[in-house]
Amino acid sequence: MNVRLYLWQRGTAALMAPLVLIHVAVMFYATRQGLSAADILGRTRGSVAWGLFYAAFVAAAAIHAGIGIRTILAEWTPLGARGAALAASAFALLLAGLGARAVIAVVMP
Amino acid sequence: MSTAPALSARRSARGPRAYRRNALWVAAMVHRVSGLGLAVFLPFHFLVLALSLRGEAALDGFLRWTDAPAVKLAEGGLVFLLVVHLLGGLRVLLVENLDWRANQTRAALAAGGVAALVAVAFLVRLL
Repeated sequence: MNVRLYLWQRGTAALMAPLVLIHVAVMFYATRQGLSAADILGRTRGSVAWGLFYAAFVAAAAIHAGIGIRTILAEWTPLGARGAALAASAFALLLAGLGARAVIAVVMP
Repeated sequence: MSTAPALSARRSARGPRAYRRNALWVAAMVHRVSGLGLAVFLPFHFLVLALSLRGEAALDGFLRWTDAPAVKLAEGGLVFLLVVHLLGGLRVLLVENLDWRANQTRAALAAGGVAALVAVAFLVRLL
């Protein structure tokens, strides 16, 4: 991992620490009477605050996971540095795309 | 100087992979494997949430499936992965940015313990 990726990895980690804490708290709150789509969407649909929260979460998670996967692939598979970087970039893009779609799905009214 | 050969002799006397018995090596491995597990889970999590594009009923249909005990158990496991990765990551951030070196083993063990407690509390809530 070079310095640039190291800083992105640690920066996204620091950003996500409070987001994960809130996410865990919401998970406990949301399951108080079992999960329901009406309950989840009632909270998120049309909410700018939740939209920004989850958009930041998805962007940070895609970058953070991509860099982590790159390291694991380079160290644990025969892909090599270049192959690991390519595969990890593709995975990060997949996460960003699917994540953005999920945020739109739960936030757009 | 004979320091390096002496050190390597001492290491091999403890076995070639003695470092694997070190709690902080285990903590690093738990951090890596939990991160890998979360990364594998995330695309499915996003796909499920996107079901609501087809309407509330589509998402509800999937949520009924999560009532199965085995799925609830898996959700408890995911909560453990998330919390242990969060706390392990916080420890790494603090070690790297502050002048904190003492009690690392204790901190890593506490991270695992707290994550297990949160996961059990979540499971109890679900069941």
